[in-house]
Amino acid sequence: MQRGIRAALPLVPPTFAIGVSFGVLAAPVMGSVAAIVMSAIVFAGSAQFAALSVLGAGGTAAAAVGAGLLLNARFLPMGIAAAPATRGGRLRRAAEGQTVVDASWALAADEQGRFDREILIGGAVPQFAGWVGGTIVGALAGSAIGNPETLGLDAMFPAFYLSLLAGELRSGDARLAAAIAAAIALVLIPFVPPGVPVLAAGLAALTGVLRRRRVAA
Amino acid sequence: MSAAWATVAALAVGTAAIKAAGPVALGGRALPAPLERLVALLAPSLIAALVIVQTFSSDGKLVVDARVAGLAAATGAIALRRSTIEIVLVAAAVTAAVRALS
Repeated sequence: MQRGIRAALPLVPPTFAIGVSFGVLAAPVMGSVAAIVMSAIVFAGSAQFAALSVLGAGGTAAAAVGAGLLLNARFLPMGIAAAPATRGGRLRRAAEGQTVVDASWALAADEQGRFDREILIGGAVPQFAGWVGGTIVGALAGSAIGNPETLGLDAMFPAFYLSLLAGELRSGDARLAAAIAAAIALVLIPFVPPGVPVLAAGLAALTGVLRRRRVAA
Repeated sequence: MSAAWATVAALAVGTAAIKAAGPVALGGRALPAPLERLVALLAPSLIAALVIVQTFSSDGKLVVDARVAGLAAATGAIALRRSTIEIVLVAAAVTAAVRALS
């Protein structure tokens, strides 16, 4: 588990800072306790911001939940992929599945699509601490640390995933899938609700199945 | 229950169910062969999509801003085989510098 914790540490500063932003923005809309509880039990930044923006604009709870779940729908294919790495009975597997967040999942994946259980679970720990800690500070103390964008902290997330992606691209199949996925996401961003571009980009993984089939035929 | 608490509760339950579905349905079984090939390419696909979305989108719009410069710098740091922490710090520093200048 320590390997996962260590590997995820570079994302703690931006996760904390974005957590502070969430707390600052959410407290007046939802109340500070609801904002903090949300970070602890939903634990999904982009979904929480999406739900918050619906509520902040006067939308219904149903619309807020729908927007949030759309952003979290990517955890379904991610959970299927990581399923063989979970252990125990159904309840324990369900609990271990909760450690699937973008950072832990991306860190735990190897080139063959196998997942390292220790890194998956360990990787979620610093993310949780940073996210919930940041939300508490933001919700209760306000934006004393300033706008994270001024410090460029928002660029740390894509840079972190790009560094992980570099290690995933050793095979031609992986490079092709990544290129198609990137193109799908880029093209869809302006036209579909947030969450859908990443989800749709997952379809690029089908190229592997199709290519193998063609070779076999 | 207020709209805020209803949102928190429903989103928490829905998210937990989404995350639990794969591990509970599949258990410890190995994935069927076609699914295994698909899953092998799921990581590069989804990670590439996360990079694109986190670099080029803002509130559901396609934007080109200082993050692009930060990512270009990060790409250089990756090519130079720097550590992950150096890569993310370079991205933040360049993004912040471009924002400060623009």
